[in-house]
Amino acid sequence: MSSHGTSLRTYILTRIALAVPTVLILLTIVFLLMRVAPGDPITSALGARLPAEELEQRREAAGYDKPIPQQYVEYLGNVVTLDMGESLTDNRTVTSIIVDNGSATLELTIAAFIVAVVVGVGLGLLAGRFRDTPIDVGSRLFGIIIYAFPVFFLGFLAQLLFGSVLGWLPTSGRASPLVEFELNQITHFYLIDTLISGNWSQFWDVFTHLILPAATLGLVISGVLIRLVRVNLLQTMRGDYVEAARARGVGERRIVIHHAFRNALVPVVTIAGLQFAILLGGAVLTEQTFNWPGIGSELIRYLDQRDYIAVQGIITIFAVFVVLISVLIDIVTAFIDPRVRYS
Amino acid sequence: MSDGPVTASTDTEPVLRVNDLRVWYGTQDGDPVRAVDGVSLEIKAGETLGLVGESGCGKSTLGRGVLGLLPDSAGVEGRVLYRDRELVGIPPKEMRAMRGPEVGLIFQEPMTRLNPLVTIESHFMETLRAHEPELDKEEMKRRSLEALAGMGIPPTRFKQYPHEFSGGMRQRIMIALALVLGPKLLVADEPTTALDVIVEAQILGILADLRRNFDTALLLITHNLGIVAEACDRLAVMYAGRIVEEGDAREVFAEPAHPYTRELLRSIISLDTTGLHYIPGAPPNLIDPPSGCRFHPRCPNAMRVCPERFPIEVPLAGGRRTECWLHGPADEIPPGGSEPLERQEIALAEEA
Amino acid sequence: MRLPHVLQPVAQTRGVPRWILISGVVIVAFFLILAIFAPLIAPYGFDQVEADGMRFAKQASPDSQHLFGTTVQSTDVLSRVVWGSRTAIEVVVLAVVFSLAIGVPLGLFSGYVGGRIDRFLVLIMDALFAFPYLLLAIVIAFLLSDTFGQGVVTAAVAITVVYVPQYFRVIRNHVISVREEPYVEAARALGAPRRTIIGRYIFYNVIQNVPSLATLNAADAILTLAALGFLGYGIQPTDAAEWGYDLQRAIDDAGAGIWWTGLFPGLAIVLLVTGFTLLGEGLNDVINPLIRYQRIPKPDIPAAARPLEVGGPAAAGAARAATETRAHDPPGEVNRE
Repeated sequence: MSSHGTSLRTYILTRIALAVPTVLILLTIVFLLMRVAPGDPITSALGARLPAEELEQRREAAGYDKPIPQQYVEYLGNVVTLDMGESLTDNRTVTSIIVDNGSATLELTIAAFIVAVVVGVGLGLLAGRFRDTPIDVGSRLFGIIIYAFPVFFLGFLAQLLFGSVLGWLPTSGRASPLVEFELNQITHFYLIDTLISGNWSQFWDVFTHLILPAATLGLVISGVLIRLVRVNLLQTMRGDYVEAARARGVGERRIVIHHAFRNALVPVVTIAGLQFAILLGGAVLTEQTFNWPGIGSELIRYLDQRDYIAVQGIITIFAVFVVLISVLIDIVTAFIDPRVRYS
Repeated sequence: MSDGPVTASTDTEPVLRVNDLRVWYGTQDGDPVRAVDGVSLEIKAGETLGLVGESGCGKSTLGRGVLGLLPDSAGVEGRVLYRDRELVGIPPKEMRAMRGPEVGLIFQEPMTRLNPLVTIESHFMETLRAHEPELDKEEMKRRSLEALAGMGIPPTRFKQYPHEFSGGMRQRIMIALALVLGPKLLVADEPTTALDVIVEAQILGILADLRRNFDTALLLITHNLGIVAEACDRLAVMYAGRIVEEGDAREVFAEPAHPYTRELLRSIISLDTTGLHYIPGAPPNLIDPPSGCRFHPRCPNAMRVCPERFPIEVPLAGGRRTECWLHGPADEIPPGGSEPLERQEIALAEEA
Repeated sequence: MRLPHVLQPVAQTRGVPRWILISGVVIVAFFLILAIFAPLIAPYGFDQVEADGMRFAKQASPDSQHLFGTTVQSTDVLSRVVWGSRTAIEVVVLAVVFSLAIGVPLGLFSGYVGGRIDRFLVLIMDALFAFPYLLLAIVIAFLLSDTFGQGVVTAAVAITVVYVPQYFRVIRNHVISVREEPYVEAARALGAPRRTIIGRYIFYNVIQNVPSLATLNAADAILTLAALGFLGYGIQPTDAAEWGYDLQRAIDDAGAGIWWTGLFPGLAIVLLVTGFTLLGEGLNDVINPLIRYQRIPKPDIPAAARPLEVGGPAAAGAARAATETRAHDPPGEVNRE
């Protein structure tokens, strides 16, 4: 109905508008964090290598001799225009870092997210539906224990088993070196790019490289989802409207799927979305374990080299992305749950 | 779409017949809670039976028991006959098929009884599909709108969501949902308790129309005696899992036979009330009820026989009945049993 | 005082929740013992590479001398696992104490006072909360290490910064809901001073969440510590043994099929985190009885009219029930059948 359409639209606009102050605060925090370290980024990164005058020149060029408030305004301006400069140590533009490595991380994160949702929601629904049976206890125990596995330990075991012992899957990188070299990168998402170019051997190569890292990361996160989905399902199955539906003689299967499952998943959407943000953060561990050239690994690398411009750029994008995701979650929730649109 | 034997003349045969029904709830490590402990009653077509009692006397359990909507920990014994069809022990599938087309239940709190994510239309479609899947969408829609119109809900609101309706309207939607398949028996469990008096009057009016227009038998469960006076043909008073008095509503109000009924009526606040009247003592323990007549600890007319022997049901004039030693049977009362019970007993009960 | 009353629900647990709680306690206690008595339990020092003048073998598989084998740096894996327990417990205890000390009072204050202060604090905490936690920890650890070195305290502080918003949020929300409860309003109406209201009513109510929250956070903290160690921002290897760091070194070993350098530290992490989680979940079940659920069997109802006596006080009359009039049970409805 048209009334629903406009309320959803209003909600979306309001939500996006509210995101702006949050982004602003995050950017401020990033800015301050970067300036907590003594000295300025240029000196820290290159001070040992360059003579004093050149250092001074570079500082002026990058604007680090200006007063802090002015730097702040410039920084905000740069973010809006998406021009966050070049890294100090290897002269890559921050934008290119984000595009090349960011896409790698995003591809990994989305794949892991799919694994996490399928395993987590699936087991959670089973556990709740068959409460107190071995299925339930087993799923919960699995959830607790798998979450206790650091991603790099699970990765270690996976590499040991599937790499060393069985030799089934590759354990390093996004693709074999040859494929990497030959790949026509349009979207920078290798799976999609290989599909576009129709090259099946390339696709298979890229796919097998994605399996272990995605499965490892996804499984660990699924642990949280299992418990969450289960608890929500148990609550909805005791719900008043479930009893009322039974009183009308509605079939049990329909009740479980249509009323219990569906309503249980609403809060799960929110949490799942938050998990996505956590995945982004956790991706850096997976990247280190599997030599995945993602943006998390780059962050570590630039951090070690004191390349604060690159670090600042990367963290900024992370923060903004997280806010975007939370806005997206809220919109999806509003789409599913009509009550949200009116609050 | 109901199976089962159809009685010859539905006029005189009761729609619902409950016979010595007992519903006991299991507890963690103790004795069961005897929520319904031997209840018998009848309701004819087009008749409204009011079931009153204090909170926790077992009325809701009785209502749910008729529809087979009890939790897993509840044990049921006795007989519940819907148009001569035994409902106790019936296979769950058959019971499910009867809920909706034959028997319906209206709940107390309308605010939470509709799925918030789903439109009213969807609720109706689901109900109709579950019982009459051969109907086409148009027909289902027509029937739904008809039921809603009967409740005063306009068709323009058919596709709206539950939260867009007020409490009173939601209750009306619930009633429409319960009626859309044309059940012969309706159980209303405190349908107006959560609503304000004006809305309550509307709902009661709707329920009264049911009786007139559709010949629906109605079991109206409430703790509000005011409603009963207005809406019910007959009245059953429940205490500690038993029916202690039953009969024509007006007659029971005019001349209550059981002391509990009398005390309840005295507790009603009206414009003439100058002081609060209350029944001393606390509601009885349903796990270990008082010996003999369960009301004796709080009864102002208690006699010596009352804690000794369980009262035998006595028929009274005009088709009424009661369970109270005050009404005999005299030959069952042992000598000296009619003497008033010592005050001490009641004082002890008060401390409890 | 209040303590025995608080512990009472623990005694009432049954079945699955009880096993969860007990398992958690046992596991955590085990590691606490390892941590406290590390010098006595570990066969060697955490960075010891020789004994009796003989240098340890490099990457040797497990044998009688080195039950868990040795690493590429010739250190004994078993010893490092034991000493790692001490590191983990130290850091986590510090982090939890810091977080509680900051997060709980802030949450209490913010929730009760409300208004602009509350909104401001919430904004900051939410912003911190929005940050991917690992990134935040890395950055903090990195910044602190320049000044304070990479030790136990730095790691603990980094973890604290990540978790304070969680405590703050939970406590604050709980305070807000309790604040509006009728009994608090009643206390205020009776003239109770603010100190009493916060201290007696709100505090005790809200504090119940804390043990469960703290143990679950401890579980997360260990993972965060290990993650920091894995990335090289954790404890300096010369300062103490740390499981995450060991795993980082072990990743290279996986390719060569060397499993013992990674398996044992990894299992230690899994076990300790699981222990804390079970403990936290167990406490949750204990403290939150609404979630408790037991399967209750259907009762036996005697068939009509031949009633039996119910147990309990009425059982005293059971003896005479068989012979005398049954005062407790209603006569069958003989005239109705």
